[in-house]
Amino acid sequence: MNFEIIINALPKLFDGLGVTLTLTAITVVLGLLIAVPLAIARSSGPAWLNAIVFAYTFFFRGTPLLVQLYLVYYGSGQFRPQLEAANLWWFFRDPWNCAILTFTLSTAAYTTEIIRGAILAVPTGQREAAKAYGMTPFQRTRMVILPQAFSYAIPTYMNEIVFQLQATALVSLITIPDLTGVATVIANRTYAHYELYLTAALFYLVVVYALLLVLKQVERRLTHHMTV
Amino acid sequence: MQAQSQVAFDPSQGTAETVLSVDNLHKSFGALEVLKGISLEAHKGDVISILGSSGSGKSTFLRCLNLLETPSTGDIRLKGEPVFSSKDPKFSTKRDRGLTARQRSRMPMVFQGFNLWSHMTILQNVMAAPSKVLNRPAHEVEELAMSVLERVGIANKRDMYPSQLSGGQQQRAAIARALAMKPTLILFDEPTSALDPELVGEVLRVMRKLAEEHVTMLVVTHEMNFARDVSTKVVFLHQGLVEEEGTPDEVFGSPKSQRCREFLSTTSY
Repeated sequence: MNFEIIINALPKLFDGLGVTLTLTAITVVLGLLIAVPLAIARSSGPAWLNAIVFAYTFFFRGTPLLVQLYLVYYGSGQFRPQLEAANLWWFFRDPWNCAILTFTLSTAAYTTEIIRGAILAVPTGQREAAKAYGMTPFQRTRMVILPQAFSYAIPTYMNEIVFQLQATALVSLITIPDLTGVATVIANRTYAHYELYLTAALFYLVVVYALLLVLKQVERRLTHHMTV
Repeated sequence: MQAQSQVAFDPSQGTAETVLSVDNLHKSFGALEVLKGISLEAHKGDVISILGSSGSGKSTFLRCLNLLETPSTGDIRLKGEPVFSSKDPKFSTKRDRGLTARQRSRMPMVFQGFNLWSHMTILQNVMAAPSKVLNRPAHEVEELAMSVLERVGIANKRDMYPSQLSGGQQQRAAIARALAMKPTLILFDEPTSALDPELVGEVLRVMRKLAEEHVTMLVVTHEMNFARDVSTKVVFLHQGLVEEEGTPDEVFGSPKSQRCREFLSTTSY
């Protein structure tokens, strides 16, 4: 175990961790914003809309994330003339944009199904009471259905965030210097693979554990009414 | 105390205003016709008990009144304003959601299973619809909420969640939630059927008190003592039709219909 290499690599690894966390935060937040309306469409929208959203979640949950990432990043290169004509090439040229797009669509697909399941788990009586007191469909969703659905969804959703954080390691394959990417570059240069990947793994472990602690607090707050 | 004054009525002052009129209401689920033409009038201050064996359509009837079920045909009017009319497309094919919501808020329902919103405290449950549906100012709603919670005797539970309360307390909170709407009338769908026997009394006591305060109520119930002692009118449903209707003395004392006699004799009270 060569500690000197590890210590010298630490500043770069922290930079990589910053990239990992940024990517996770951006895609998780964007994914959630997309997933909420899609989950509502899936659970109470018209049949055609439900079918479209289902096709989307089916594709993104049924194919490997790495394949999706390569499809967007390398696949778009094949359509460069068309994308340039549509003034979209600047977007697909940048691996960051490709990563954010792919990871957002992926987590949004999983989150849509998580929230949809949670919406369906809200007891009928809760909706009926909201109807019987004159709430509009929008008020029923915002005041009764979503708050309760979120509290059902949170344990599963916590896992989704952790998976998403770990999955961002894939972006190192399209040249983004995230935690795994930085570890790979230094390991290849120093031949200290064992030291660097073990350190990277410890970084992930600490961050995941810290994240779970925070999310547990959120869960406690959201499900307060159910546990008492 | 405004809540009382709106629904208060002194029957000694003569003919009461008609608040609810139902005309020839039908409801089918597929081929099964559950309501076969029910007509009913409720006057201000009336407490109408709706009796009947299971399958008689009494719960469906109540659920049709605030459109939790959409009636097949018929008319429902609340203080003269239409709630539902099968002749008017505004209520059938393309329902006017705003109108439906407004009418529902004037006759809230107390459910068998309470259905308090589980993620809100008792106070939030009572305040939600008056502030968000009726758009009353927050300070006014909180004052009103506290006064109705006191009326049902659970003001001290205001900051608790429904799951922390007994069934009887939850149902009293649900009644408070209805009262906070300053409703024209309150629908009760078997309000004591889901309660442990020792908790039934506290809910019935609250309902008796409301009856004495002349709150207009439509109560689907199996509580024969309540129906006999508290109601101004008793309606007995059988197979989707009004089989017998009258004052408690008439219906319990000398029922005209054979079916009603049988029902009352098999029900212990």
